[in-house]
Amino acid sequence: MLSRNSTRAAQRLLRATAQPQNRLNVARGFASVSDSQTVQSDIFKPTKYGGKYTVTLIPGDGIGAEVAESVKTVFKADNVPITWEQIEVSGLDTATPTGRTEEKFQEAVASLRRNKLGLKGILHTPISRSGHQSFNVAMRQELDIYASISLVKNIPGLKTRHENVDLCIIRENTEGEYSGLEHQSVPGVVESLKIITRAKSERIAKFAFSFALANNRKKVTCIHKANIMKLADGLFRGTFSRLAKDYPQLECNDMIVDNASMQCVSKPQQFDVMVMPNLYGGILSNIAAALVGGPGVVPGCNMGRDVAVFEPGCRHVGLDIKGKDQANPTAMLLSGTMLLRHLGLDDHANRISNAVYDVIAQGKVRTRDMGGNATNQEFTRAILNSMEKAL
Amino acid sequence: MLALRSIAAPMQRQCWRAAPRAAVSLSLQSRRLYSSQDAVAKFNGQKDAQGRYTVSLIEGDGIGPEIAVAVKDIFAAAKTPITWEPINVDPIIKDGKTAIPDAAIESIRKNKIALKGPLATPIGKGHVSLNLTLRRTFNLFANLRPCRSVAGYKTPYDNVDTVLIRENTEGEYSGIEHVVVDGVVQSIKLITREASERVLRFAFQHARAIGRKKVRVVHKATIMKMSDGLFLTVGNQVAKEFPDIEFDAELLDNTCLKMTTDPTPYNDKVLVMPNLYGDILSDMCAGLIGGLGLTPSGNIGDECSIFEAVHGSAPDIAGKGLANPTALLLSSVMMLRHMGLNEYADRIEKAAFDTLAEGKALTGDLGGKAKTSEFAAAIIEKL
Repeated sequence: MLSRNSTRAAQRLLRATAQPQNRLNVARGFASVSDSQTVQSDIFKPTKYGGKYTVTLIPGDGIGAEVAESVKTVFKADNVPITWEQIEVSGLDTATPTGRTEEKFQEAVASLRRNKLGLKGILHTPISRSGHQSFNVAMRQELDIYASISLVKNIPGLKTRHENVDLCIIRENTEGEYSGLEHQSVPGVVESLKIITRAKSERIAKFAFSFALANNRKKVTCIHKANIMKLADGLFRGTFSRLAKDYPQLECNDMIVDNASMQCVSKPQQFDVMVMPNLYGGILSNIAAALVGGPGVVPGCNMGRDVAVFEPGCRHVGLDIKGKDQANPTAMLLSGTMLLRHLGLDDHANRISNAVYDVIAQGKVRTRDMGGNATNQEFTRAILNSMEKAL
Repeated sequence: MLALRSIAAPMQRQCWRAAPRAAVSLSLQSRRLYSSQDAVAKFNGQKDAQGRYTVSLIEGDGIGPEIAVAVKDIFAAAKTPITWEPINVDPIIKDGKTAIPDAAIESIRKNKIALKGPLATPIGKGHVSLNLTLRRTFNLFANLRPCRSVAGYKTPYDNVDTVLIRENTEGEYSGIEHVVVDGVVQSIKLITREASERVLRFAFQHARAIGRKKVRVVHKATIMKMSDGLFLTVGNQVAKEFPDIEFDAELLDNTCLKMTTDPTPYNDKVLVMPNLYGDILSDMCAGLIGGLGLTPSGNIGDECSIFEAVHGSAPDIAGKGLANPTALLLSSVMMLRHMGLNEYADRIEKAAFDTLAEGKALTGDLGGKAKTSEFAAAIIEKL
């Protein structure tokens, strides 16, 4: 049964490789955008009802509820034409009132399919072996939102150990080490499968190149461990190098993941766009986030062919500060502005992001992770004030 | 392609059905590699008639010979009871596989300890890296990678003092990979109770040996519930044998984030983790303090141990006397500690760190102008 399924999956993948023309068109559309609007063709455009877009909002666990509230407040104050369809999914078994349920998760997936757009916090994943599979990963696989983007950039005024960091991590989101395929051959001997396919490597590489072109970036670095995993990472790297030839205007190179981590903490300025398989993305996005001030200030999104889900770029649940009103809503707000730009609502996006940057630059009101002692609510209020002044 | 698929399918079925074999489980689980009293990877070398230990020395390629001279000079000045036995590990092909010459293997087997400079891995198909060959030949299961800030070299991070232990034989680097159908590759991460237990026990013993009270496992068991889950479970079991050491676990993402934000909370801990995470994090820690030129490394096995400089062989500056011997020197200091020659280790280490802190005789990579020999001379003077 299982083997038949995987054969079918493989066939599907093969078929997908056979028609690269389609994807190339998407990529071209993406590349030719002059501003940062990413929804070009009508097929991908979410429907407007009564002049408003409907966007799925999944606050998530931990600090999710607090920062989502702050996004809603700010968006409302700016009269953003968005209606939220809020769905309370939780990965915590103890979540109130309903607990963790498969139904809520399916509801969220259906809603995202319908709306094609989502803003999402992070869902908790238990460690225990009997625990469920990560909802975050399941959602990405189900919706095939294959490219994760984390934008890591120093925020003016927020002093960290490193300056002039401006890099972008593009991570394959649906296979690799997160395939979820594991088995125990005999007790005490466990195998965990890492899957790398040519079709998905090709898709993510093309995405990275198109992203680099659309955002005026100069260099794309492929991160891998092909010296050890010669077949798997070799395929990823080989695919990248082959496709790189079609983009002579970009500087393309590759780097081994351990060296990349070392360079990241010593000379992060050398990186521009980085593209990599799943697990390395997790590692490097955390290292990179720490360079510019932590998970509270790094926005991100997950892009697929039909659905785009925006979520903080460095995925931390923040259970430890849940309900203490200490969370930093910056990452979620900036992810929200990425969503607005995706829709072409640049005016709204600029107003909101400028206000966020202003408040941080002035430095009077900052949350704890940025070295201040303001609460989430005070920080949000400061942003609202700043937006009011700008009018 | 059809044929390929039909081969793959029954294989997969077998894997999945193999799980509930209770009989095997009993025999394996009751088997213990070590009793809890025996130290893992204890040094068993013998002194010769003059009271000196013999150490196999692999000088390595590129800058290797120069930095080896520096280390030998410093050891001679400190009057360490060590005789060097230089060996050649130029690879030979044996039965179609990369191997090291028998004389080298014999020397390391006999002396039970070796110091190794950088080796250039020959590029080309079919060549397994020499480092990997050495690791496999002697079953060096733990890689010990301490990183300590060097006072004379300024980086964005101060007071770093981390100790990482990496499982060295399996995990993501098991080398088991295959093409399922064209364009679909599976790479297997292998975690076994045996290897996990061995490296975890070494971590606890090492924590005791260097006077740290906390051991922390770094894992990603939220996603890899079975493989990293097993590593974590074994960690919890081994921890019970070491009641004086505090044990906890941290998600890989959190470790990366926290270490890069502020590494100082890790100064009282020993971190232990599977192969790939260890590889990445140990190099990242080296990045915190200024690169691989300043970090020592030890590959620990039950039979013998090899201490090495993990940086490259830098063929561009080879033979010019510009190389920085710090990594190899600190590795040799670690080797002395492993041999129980702590007194000599402390003296040499202090002299080296003092010289670096003074900053008068630094090599080019640290922003100085000194030659390798001048740097070594400055350390010898301190001794």
